Amino acid sequence: MEDAIGELIERLFKGDRRALARAISIVEDGAPGSSRIMSSIYGKCGGAHIIGFTGPPGAGKSTIVDRVARHLRKMDKTIGIVAVDPTSPFSGGAILGDRIRMHEIAMDPAIFIRSMGTRGHLGGLARATGDVIRLMDAFGKDYVLVETVGAGQSEVDIVESAHTTVIVEMPGLGDDIQAIKAGILEIGDLFVVNKADREGIDKTVAELGTMLDLREWKDKEWKPPIIPAVAKEDKGVAEAVEVIRQHMEYLTQSGKLDVIVTKRLVEDYHELTRDLLWEQVLKGSKATEVKRLEDEVRSKKKDPYSAAEELVKSFDQ
Amino acid sequence: MPMDKRYRILVAKPGLDGHDRGAKVVARALRDAGFEVIYSGLHQTAEQIVEAAIQEDVDHIGLSILSGAHMTLVPKVLELLEQNQASDIKVTVGGIIPEEDGEELKKAGVVGVFGPGTPTDDLVDFLKSSLGVEE
Repeated sequence: MEDAIGELIERLFKGDRRALARAISIVEDGAPGSSRIMSSIYGKCGGAHIIGFTGPPGAGKSTIVDRVARHLRKMDKTIGIVAVDPTSPFSGGAILGDRIRMHEIAMDPAIFIRSMGTRGHLGGLARATGDVIRLMDAFGKDYVLVETVGAGQSEVDIVESAHTTVIVEMPGLGDDIQAIKAGILEIGDLFVVNKADREGIDKTVAELGTMLDLREWKDKEWKPPIIPAVAKEDKGVAEAVEVIRQHMEYLTQSGKLDVIVTKRLVEDYHELTRDLLWEQVLKGSKATEVKRLEDEVRSKKKDPYSAAEELVKSFDQ
Repeated sequence: MPMDKRYRILVAKPGLDGHDRGAKVVARALRDAGFEVIYSGLHQTAEQIVEAAIQEDVDHIGLSILSGAHMTLVPKVLELLEQNQASDIKVTVGGIIPEEDGEELKKAGVVGVFGPGTPTDDLVDFLKSSLGVEE
């Protein structure tokens, strides 16, 4: 075979959406060529504003994403959407249904939508979601909107990938103590309380407000706004889009954007090194040692801690 | 990075009929067999289906049609796949399809036609062998 991956990367840079789709699959599957694709596109990343949308199931994340995308299109921006749904822990299969709420924008050539299963990864995203975001960024999208799985309290991975995190809530979920627990409410840069035509909206907005006021906000610090919305009727969406724009302005002017970007580069480097080292170990001279210790752990002759230590020590000999 | 290939299938309902129970049963059975199913929802045009298949990079498309419009909808999907150089994505049709129509659709390029009452296991086996899934 010729250099199929090289050709794919070239087509990707020319704006071929089939090449983007294929590249995403290769990276998602961890198939041969995925490292090469990622290292080739890395230099082209950084142009997109990455916005995460998280919140409980049924709050209307997909509908909000759909509406936000439409507003951004009116400003002539190009958009990538990554929608993550849970993978079955039993079969490894998944039903990915977020496109259902995005029909009207799905035929817009400036919008590219991709659904992903979590494939066993916890935290609200799939392992490869970060790479898929980078691919859309490098493809030239102005915005990448990321919808997490319906999140409860600890699905906070999205902060590691997004510049702006939008928490989509709705009235009538739990009492005010839920709102001061640690977790997803801590990571919001903006709260959209959807389905604001329902009973209990004032109470929910007030509780979120109280929760935010339990800490002190420094001068010029970003305090997350709370916006009531009825996404289906497009109410509150323009306000949300404006706040998202202001948040990016804040990140840029305060110097926070540089800090985030640099931190992520270093984290990526560490994570990739870990992956590659482990791959090297599995292929290297200690492969039999890895297997032997794994068997001992499996038969409960050794605990995982001692086995890991023994393996690492064996490299000194 | 560990290799973790999943086969992806678009389950779509083209045209005007609003009966999606069959499509949902199939989607669920495929999920339980380990496939990643992208479910399109109702009332999809051929254009929307092909665009979704391309963006989602699916390995296969399953069309569910109960309206009787299969002889126009299915060829349109096949034609659009070809126009987009995506004929490598094969198509299976399920629903109420008279036998002679089924034969004609197969001649046009559809790989499988399944009627009501098909056990979902048969469908799963058919797709696995059609896609060359290793167990």
